[in-house]
Amino acid sequence: MIALLLRDLRLAVRAGGGFGLALAFFTILAVLTPFAVGPETPLLARIAPGVLWLGALLACLLSLDRLLALDAADGTLELLAVAPLPLEGAVAAKAAAHWIVTGLPLALLAPVLGVLLSLPGQGAWVLTLSLGIGTPALSFIGAFGAALTAGVQRGGLLMALIVLPLYVPTLIFGAEAAGRAARGADPATPLMLLGAVSLGCVALMPLAAAAALRVNLR
Amino acid sequence: MPELGKYAAEVLLAYGASGAILGALIAVTLWQARAAKRDEER
Amino acid sequence: MSIWEYANPVRFMGWTGRLLPWLWGGAALLVVGGLVWGFFFTPDDFRMGSTVKIIYLHVPSALMAINGWFVMVVASLIWLIRRHHVSALVARAAAPVGAVMTVVGLVTGAVWGQPMWGTWWVWDPRLTSFFVLFLFYLGYIALWQAIEDPDAAADLTSVLALVGGVFAILSRYAVLFWNQGLHQGATLSLDAEENIADVFWLPLVTTMAGFGLLFLALVLTRARMHVRLRRARARMLRTRVA
Repeated sequence: MIALLLRDLRLAVRAGGGFGLALAFFTILAVLTPFAVGPETPLLARIAPGVLWLGALLACLLSLDRLLALDAADGTLELLAVAPLPLEGAVAAKAAAHWIVTGLPLALLAPVLGVLLSLPGQGAWVLTLSLGIGTPALSFIGAFGAALTAGVQRGGLLMALIVLPLYVPTLIFGAEAAGRAARGADPATPLMLLGAVSLGCVALMPLAAAAALRVNLR
Repeated sequence: MPELGKYAAEVLLAYGASGAILGALIAVTLWQARAAKRDEER
Repeated sequence: MSIWEYANPVRFMGWTGRLLPWLWGGAALLVVGGLVWGFFFTPDDFRMGSTVKIIYLHVPSALMAINGWFVMVVASLIWLIRRHHVSALVARAAAPVGAVMTVVGLVTGAVWGQPMWGTWWVWDPRLTSFFVLFLFYLGYIALWQAIEDPDAAADLTSVLALVGGVFAILSRYAVLFWNQGLHQGATLSLDAEENIADVFWLPLVTTMAGFGLLFLALVLTRARMHVRLRRARARMLRTRVA
């Protein structure tokens, strides 16, 4: 499992593209926001947590098709399916790798972009914290979506349609935590709920994703 | 016709829209069912 | 005889064929009867005026919208456990019906909200989670259409129905946490001290039963359609091989 995780990480770094693209997308989105809604500082400060969360969500979504599609195309998935490692474990490793190359950098980059969107100080680190807690859920739900659509040609749009509604609870709790902190309120409750959603996804989504993958590999 | 008061437009709109949507669903379902039956018996 | 015998496709076509005219008739009778009763023969509410008449459409369709996903989950489970093809097709048949019921619930709600709350739409928990439910239906239907192999499609959509069901409930509570709303609480509940008055309640129950029958009739008709389509497809494949 660790070997698979390291392989995916190496591939993501060396093959180029996948690693930086999501981050670049996230940055561009943050820069485009003031153009869309105007440069007034109070307004930006108010919407910054939500916009950054939405941006993280979309950046995560965009990088999902790399999660399984490449391996499905070159036959690696078939090999993984007959490997001694359970397919659930393989999916979990791949989702974890996806999180390390997209979710984690997104969380670390977020406070910088928060400054650009004049997010108040204490909001910035809660934003990072909430993204750090919440993005694993995004990656693992995304792995499920990718597994469902692995057999579909050009399934990107379909995957978005399936995955985005599943992101609703994560987005609500994550953005609420960051928003509360930015308003000076206590973000503990939404953070805990976000942690619950995230842990639940990490524990259960590999099962669903592996079930879907087995069907697609049949 | 009952007296609907000042909300007549809303009530009628709700009934009309629901009727149209449900009617469309029923019509499409029946039409597809008939087409499938023709298909099978061909 | 086991209950599962009814899921045999030939038997299914037999008993649904005999039952469906009654279902359609009952649905038409109760829906039209309940609506006429509600529309013409009930008083206006003292606060909401005549808009209270929208309830006879709004509540039953919302109920069927939720019920639709529930049917899909149960049928999907039966498919995953017992591999009855008819069950998978029932799940497939329920999705568009549930989606349309969701739209009816949303539209009637919006029309009702306009005069009562002064706005077509608010980001109220109930409204929002209903909209999310509608998106779930769209994704499910799209997945059915995207996958060619019928058994694989049935398997994948079943998994999605189960996961989606969990997330739909999760979203419901997440949304509740996110925003307190304008929507009133439950109109009918067994433990509430004060329920809706009998004059509104009786026609409402009639339309609820009617919508239930309508839902069943639509789902069974659509399931029969899918069985037939699959037979036609199988025959086409056979003749191509021969």
